[in-house]
Amino acid sequence: MRMAKHLLILSLITDMATGLYAQEEDLLKLVGGEDKPKKEYVDYSFKSSRVIMSHSMEMIRPGVMDMRILHRFGNINKGAYEFFGLDNAAMRLGFDFGITKNLMFGIGRSTNKKELDGFIKYRLVHQSKGPGAMPFSFLLVGGSSMTLLKWADTSRKNYFSSRIGYYGQAIIGRKFSEGFTLQFMPTVVHRNLVATKDDPGDLLAVGAGARLKLSRRISLNIDYYYRLNPNPNDGTQNPLSIGFDIETGGHVFQLHFTNAVGMNEKVFLLETTNKWEKGDIQFGFNISRSFQLKKRKK
Amino acid sequence: MKKLVVAIIAILFAASSVVAQDKYFTKSGKIVFASKTSMENIEAHNKSVTCVLDTKTGNMQFAVLMKGFEFEKALMQEHFNENYVESHKFPKAEFKGQITNNGEINYTKDGNYIARVKGKLTIHGETRDVETSGTVTVKGGKIETDAVFQVALADYKIEIPGIVKDNISKTVSITVDCSLDPLKS
Repeated sequence: MRMAKHLLILSLITDMATGLYAQEEDLLKLVGGEDKPKKEYVDYSFKSSRVIMSHSMEMIRPGVMDMRILHRFGNINKGAYEFFGLDNAAMRLGFDFGITKNLMFGIGRSTNKKELDGFIKYRLVHQSKGPGAMPFSFLLVGGSSMTLLKWADTSRKNYFSSRIGYYGQAIIGRKFSEGFTLQFMPTVVHRNLVATKDDPGDLLAVGAGARLKLSRRISLNIDYYYRLNPNPNDGTQNPLSIGFDIETGGHVFQLHFTNAVGMNEKVFLLETTNKWEKGDIQFGFNISRSFQLKKRKK
Repeated sequence: MKKLVVAIIAILFAASSVVAQDKYFTKSGKIVFASKTSMENIEAHNKSVTCVLDTKTGNMQFAVLMKGFEFEKALMQEHFNENYVESHKFPKAEFKGQITNNGEINYTKDGNYIARVKGKLTIHGETRDVETSGTVTVKGGKIETDAVFQVALADYKIEIPGIVKDNISKTVSITVDCSLDPLKS
């Protein structure tokens, strides 16, 4: 009797085992199914390496050249005679290059004050998910600009160094979700020569840039700086830009409205005189076109 | 009683080791997909494909992480992930199917065999039936599987915008190449 019971149990067990066989099993589960969680970097936080006027937490990939053509038209409130500002345009032609995953540089030339500018951008911390995740990205940008205008006053001694200004910027940013990215940019701008003694030699500012993705190809971007120690007497304003990034396959178009005329950090932080509340805003657009200079190995 | 327990355990063990010898796998299989048009040839490589084959039943499964595809141009990779396959929403592509002529393949004897494969392919959250034939090569206890098949992007609701429609073909070819080792449990 006891033996029979044991046999019954045994046959039950083997039955169960064969029963498992017969079912169509998920083979992938046998090898751990899901791969073990790996550290994964968070990319594509912005459509391009700029929010609108500022550097974004996004990098140009290694071996890529990004040709950037920036335009700012005249003030919209100038009316139909000036075609709402479109009769006047300032522009900056620039080329950015990706060197490594975390290092890029760029050069540009602006019509405004005939300025030449350049920068280096380095990513120290790259936001990531999974084991050893970092909740944010941290980048440093160092740049310089030089005006190539003829000296206004040739009667005095003009130094070459007076043409030059510098800026340094830290970017702390996080892509919170597919749809939302936010970054802050503490910035210092230094000018070797200032116009009056009220002008700060070193201007401190804190910027904020955000992206709200509206669809796969369109996002709403906001880019703003609050200046801590501006010259109170020169009527300059905090720069604010609001616009859309539209990605069309090969190009990124940034259409926006802004009160900043200049297209490098020194100019838009120190020489923005237009006021949003008065409607002294301009339409602007940036075109970014990537070229892969160095193809990746297969 | 004790003897019986031992016997049961032994049987179960034997059973599981039999199972193990039937199954082969890899985690470093290769998938290449290629789009060819007169304007541009696009190719992407993924070298960490998971594949499991049950030689007893002919059941076969693949899984691949979409973010693992590498393109020659960084912008293509960005568009692939961000716009076309939306890899943040649909991180994986999977195939689940069967070698329909599994009986004709002798996995214990070295040689080349034609394998007809039928199953369901899931890309971009869309599942479609696919059928193709490939080769199974048995050599020294290892199994190589190769297959090429065509996938129409529209079937998987992958939309190509008008501006680049001349650069991306409507049908892409997918080449799978896996070298499988015995699965030990």
